[in-house]
Amino acid sequence: MTKTDDHAETVTQVTVTIDGTDVTVDDGDTILDACNAHGVDTPTICYAENLTPVNVCRVCVVEVEGNRTLVPSCSRPVEEGMEIQTDSERVRHSRKMVLEFLGSGVDLSQATEINEYSARYGADLSRYGDDRQVIDEPILIQDELYIRDYDKCVLCYQCVSACGDDAQHTFAISVAGRGFDNRISTEFDAALPDSACVYCGNCVAVCPTGALQFKSEFDLRQADNWREEDQTVTTTVCSYCGVGCNLELHVQDNEIVKVTSPVDHSVTHGNLCIKGRFGYTYVGN
Amino acid sequence: MSYEEIENADVILLWGSNAREAHPIFFHHLMKGLDNGAKMYCVDPRRTSSSKFADVWLGIDVGTDIALSNAIAREIIHAGLTNPEFIAHSTQGYEEFAASVEPYTLDVAAEITGVPAEAIREVAHAYATGAKSQILWTLGITEHHNAVDNVVSLCNLALLTGHVGRWGSGLVPLRGQNNVQGGGDMGALPDKLPGFQNIDDAGARGKFEAAYGMELNPKPGIHLTLMFEAMERGDMTAAYVVGENPADSEADIEHARALLSGLDCLVVQDIFMTRTAEMADVVFPASVAWAECDGTVTSSERRVQRVRRAVTPPGEARHDLDIMVALADRMGVDLGTSDPQSLWDELRTLSPAHAGMSYERLDDGGLQWPCPTLDHPGSPFLHSWLWADDLEGRDPAPFSVVEHEGPKEQLTDEFPLRLTTGRSLDSYNTGVQSNGFTSPIRYGEALDINPGDAADLDLSDGERVQVSSPRGSVEMGIRIQPDIPRGLTFTTYHFPDLVDVNVLTNDAWDKRSGTSEFKAAAIRIDKLDTAPVVPGADGSQLDASGSRG
Amino acid sequence: MHRGLVADLKLTVDTSTSDERAAVDAVISPDDHAVIHETERLVRGGTERRRDRRHLLLPGLHALQATAGWISPGGMNYLCAALQVPPAEAFGVASFYELFRTDDPGHDQSVHHVCMDTSCHIAGAEEFAQQLESEGKQVHRGPCLGQCERAPARFVQGRNEPDHVPADVPDELFVLPQRAADPDVELRLLQRLGVVDPTSLSSYREHGGYVALARAVEIGPQAVIDAVRAAGLSGRGGAAFPTAIKWQGVADEQGRPKHVIANADESEPGTFKDRHLMEHDPFSLIEGLTLAGLATGAENGWIYIRGEYPLATRRLANAIEQCRTAGLLGADVLGSGHRFDIELRRGAGAYICGEETALMESMAGFRGEPRNKPPFPSTHGLFGEPTAVNNPETLLNALVIVEHGPESFRRVGTEQSPGTRLFCLSGHVATPGVYEVPMGTTLGAVIDLAGGATGTTRAILMGGAAGSFIGADQLDMPLTQGDTRERGTTLGSGVITLFDDSVDFTSLVLRIAEFFKGESCGQCVPCRVGVVRQHEVLVEMSANGGALRNDRNTLIDDMAVAMADASICGLGHTASGAVQSAIRLGLIGSAT
Repeated sequence: MTKTDDHAETVTQVTVTIDGTDVTVDDGDTILDACNAHGVDTPTICYAENLTPVNVCRVCVVEVEGNRTLVPSCSRPVEEGMEIQTDSERVRHSRKMVLEFLGSGVDLSQATEINEYSARYGADLSRYGDDRQVIDEPILIQDELYIRDYDKCVLCYQCVSACGDDAQHTFAISVAGRGFDNRISTEFDAALPDSACVYCGNCVAVCPTGALQFKSEFDLRQADNWREEDQTVTTTVCSYCGVGCNLELHVQDNEIVKVTSPVDHSVTHGNLCIKGRFGYTYVGN
Repeated sequence: MSYEEIENADVILLWGSNAREAHPIFFHHLMKGLDNGAKMYCVDPRRTSSSKFADVWLGIDVGTDIALSNAIAREIIHAGLTNPEFIAHSTQGYEEFAASVEPYTLDVAAEITGVPAEAIREVAHAYATGAKSQILWTLGITEHHNAVDNVVSLCNLALLTGHVGRWGSGLVPLRGQNNVQGGGDMGALPDKLPGFQNIDDAGARGKFEAAYGMELNPKPGIHLTLMFEAMERGDMTAAYVVGENPADSEADIEHARALLSGLDCLVVQDIFMTRTAEMADVVFPASVAWAECDGTVTSSERRVQRVRRAVTPPGEARHDLDIMVALADRMGVDLGTSDPQSLWDELRTLSPAHAGMSYERLDDGGLQWPCPTLDHPGSPFLHSWLWADDLEGRDPAPFSVVEHEGPKEQLTDEFPLRLTTGRSLDSYNTGVQSNGFTSPIRYGEALDINPGDAADLDLSDGERVQVSSPRGSVEMGIRIQPDIPRGLTFTTYHFPDLVDVNVLTNDAWDKRSGTSEFKAAAIRIDKLDTAPVVPGADGSQLDASGSRG
Repeated sequence: MHRGLVADLKLTVDTSTSDERAAVDAVISPDDHAVIHETERLVRGGTERRRDRRHLLLPGLHALQATAGWISPGGMNYLCAALQVPPAEAFGVASFYELFRTDDPGHDQSVHHVCMDTSCHIAGAEEFAQQLESEGKQVHRGPCLGQCERAPARFVQGRNEPDHVPADVPDELFVLPQRAADPDVELRLLQRLGVVDPTSLSSYREHGGYVALARAVEIGPQAVIDAVRAAGLSGRGGAAFPTAIKWQGVADEQGRPKHVIANADESEPGTFKDRHLMEHDPFSLIEGLTLAGLATGAENGWIYIRGEYPLATRRLANAIEQCRTAGLLGADVLGSGHRFDIELRRGAGAYICGEETALMESMAGFRGEPRNKPPFPSTHGLFGEPTAVNNPETLLNALVIVEHGPESFRRVGTEQSPGTRLFCLSGHVATPGVYEVPMGTTLGAVIDLAGGATGTTRAILMGGAAGSFIGADQLDMPLTQGDTRERGTTLGSGVITLFDDSVDFTSLVLRIAEFFKGESCGQCVPCRVGVVRQHEVLVEMSANGGALRNDRNTLIDDMAVAMADASICGLGHTASGAVQSAIRLGLIGSAT
């Protein structure tokens, strides 16, 4: 009997040099994968493990011998013999400038990770004029589940990818406009409940700055009662359909305050539907 | 099967399943398959949100699935697209089956199903010639009086073509509830012990008797639908209902409620004060299995995963296991520990399929059974034995001869419209869990109807109407939907407090699966100002029985 | 991966007008929509039908804009349903382009686009705009319109009249275009301009048209590529990539649909050469692109022409039709057995779409956002399929090479930079226009061809906004890729703009910074924010009487390095070149 179904793949190995050290990784891996395997901590903003790299933030750039410009480590596949510098003056300079540019235009008050990078690379916002152009938009609260605060948006495209090809395929939001005026928007800025949005929350889950928040978190933050340090996170299985999505229940004061899913789970890849994400309110009642 | 397989499929036949709304995260995997170039054919009476992703949607008449599948089989045979090597080696009963589908020509099937013959031919050819073809189904196949016939008719197609037991192709029933698979795994079936071992198999039973230190009843029990018949006959006078809400969820609901309220003793163990609980003599408050308890559940891809306690249950609510052990204790039986992990480890000694699944191994994303040993990686898909030279010692898989019957309840002049039911994205079953959060996309309960039918009946969008079936009437609003064909209506049943949809549904049921024909009732729509008075239309009958509270 | 095609589709409640539906129906007929209801019980749709139609989004948006004066929610719904494009996606695309409005304009007049850039800036563009406004016209101040030789330039986006350029001559008239050349050298690229009837295929053939293609059919694809390689032809759009390598890459790809694209989205301020070629010798571009198709084995040819070139668009469309009728496009080109056809696509006002990957995104129905390279277009181009993108001037050179052979081609120019080159002269020069000279001709000689400077030249902008300023002391510079690079500047797309000492350079450079601010696609952080902050520093400088503080100079440099190093595409890489060169030359930065 001929069975033509084997899905085993053979992977070849590639050796590159990172900051002078040889590193061997799988062919098809990115420079970022190689850096991670080698223990080189690389800042990323628009990259997420469960999304296709869009390489727009440019904070992960590295120097690759033979390339005229810096290259984004998140999306560039390794090639045999590549010589990579991750901490050269050029690299540090561009990373610092990207962080200054972001900090100079948007509210990063809840972007803990980005702020750590800014400190690491010495981003100095004081040299930008006070009357500089910044993003200034009203907070959008159009339903009981989400809030959108685009003052905090760094246009990392992650919400668009999660709503689109990388997970949900609903395409309720897109980048609209051009240049500095780019905004994440529904068609003609329609209110979210009137748009194609199905409230899966996968956009919120990937937002790195708090521009998108679950209303439950937003309300607690407004009340100055969002205490991440006091929260427990427990992985369990969703109680609705039989697909078996893993849920991470974020619990504060014995109440579920947020639901996420592990990005490395083979079933969800970090994504949920409206029921798994929000259908927990009966617990404890 | 594993969800990941569909990402590599070439042809997807989605049949009686609106996975986009009912299994949203599985549909993510399916969409990756489409992204990767798979063709999808959807068979569904409604043009569902899933069907809108399809290359071809075939809007068959409700309950004509077998006519369609038999015609596909006939076309595959006549076009010479079967896998003869596979049929000869791995199956039995082909000749008889081939003869049985002979009357189901494309034209006959087109006449029965309402789908053009050419489209049926196209599906047959696409499915048969795909390198990796899958058939997926859900309740559109199983909530019929001939549910098992429907299922085996789909299995016939896989046997004809060899699209089974290989990575990327196969037969995929999608489970509707988070642990319906696990319930079966653990023996919550009338005739099974844990690990799908037959209760009437003395050898298997003996193993459990030795472990439990007691004799087990060798007689298979009865499933839910039979229980209601037993109640009706007076053979069954007491029920212990755990985590189920039959007083809202059964077809022909008024009948079911009457039977439940006639029991001598009704014990309900639930996390909610459901309508069933309100009827009970005793209610045991349970804790929420997936957030307040430790344990395991099994998903549609046979993946056993751990649930964990994240919050402390309120008030007197207790773990289901605690309640059962305590109840047994009062009855004078010591069931031993109620510790979930100890009980799981005991199960592993009794169910070979689960033997290799220690809690430690389950911690990281779960394992798919069978997983017989601690070093076994789990099984991404089943039935690979069909491709083994010796069939691993098993009998070849049988073809099944099944005939088209159509729904039990035929349309009549009095009840000229077909009613079918299903789920919507943001809600779930009778709504006891899902109605607690404010969904911006929830529209409540409404009867979807074709614009032409609405015009014929002089109805406008949103108008409240009286909907009647031979069993009763309800009042509800209508939604005019261009995507629903003429003659068909659709509603969910998520809001029994708003509309008692199951007043209308038919309790004709399948003798083997015990499932009722939720998918096919005959109804009539009357404008409110001209509607005849029908008992039960306003729920007054229920109030009289005291069951609505 | 079929990006954006496997998708839910939920439209808003807005409805379209019959005019809007008719406009969309002209782009895609109702019986060819992505979803077809064959019967009430049988609907066809799916990923493939969507993929095959998504590229009609841009033409569909053009149709809606032309009909209603904006992309209305109802009109867009109808288009989205026809193509099965999620409305948020379509909105993202529509809002990307200068020529599309996504808000109701509130009037039904034509819109007069006035160029505010370089040559027009110094030719009184602002006064011109104010004059038009005083006449009661709807005026939109915008970027370069590719008419620098007749500054200040205007393009009329028509409402109840076709889009047009008032300065264009009517179609039926046949007028010698403005041009000149070195009398000692035969013209190659401009040979037919002003000689041939641009509306007539037979006139084109009478003037040597389709001799090169016939020769190509005779010698076969590989010999064509070999000849182009031997001739040493490099791309004329600005990047100067060897054409033969590009073509060979696509030719070597087998088993997938392949494409050749003429990048006629000429948008670099100061550039207008391709417009002249397409308006006055459109058949040569058709022949050149067909040659590229033959050489690479591509069956699909596309011309992406900028939206502000209505005359060139009409003439190309006419040329394509005539070539199809004559069997020069279609199932069997010139009896070669090779299938090749061309679709003409109009851009909608976006400088970035001149970048080849942005162009392909735009053509495929997405926002014109450049992709990171690698992968390169030769393997992952239009629709992810092998693609060669060439500038029209490059394609015309290829015709010359095939017709006369590589040795003949190399008779002029230098060893490293063989052949001739078109230069676009504008600004303070006596006879602005397009000039063809051998590569290696000095800058001064080219300026002399154009009648010389009209005043005392203070600076020359080489390569347009993406290039750099040089001083009048560089007139001895030979015009080749290597020589210009050596002197810290660029040939770019052949822009030479002269500025005399009357020019307010602070104002001019501020406008260049504003140009980049307006044209950055906004995808990557260094460019999106960098061009804004750069502009702000110049605004501050301007307010300070033109003085640039030291710390501001450092900031300008810091930003420039990051934009050049970390941006995705050439726009960001070059967005500070002109500014920095102006500071270096002392044109700006010191207080007046």
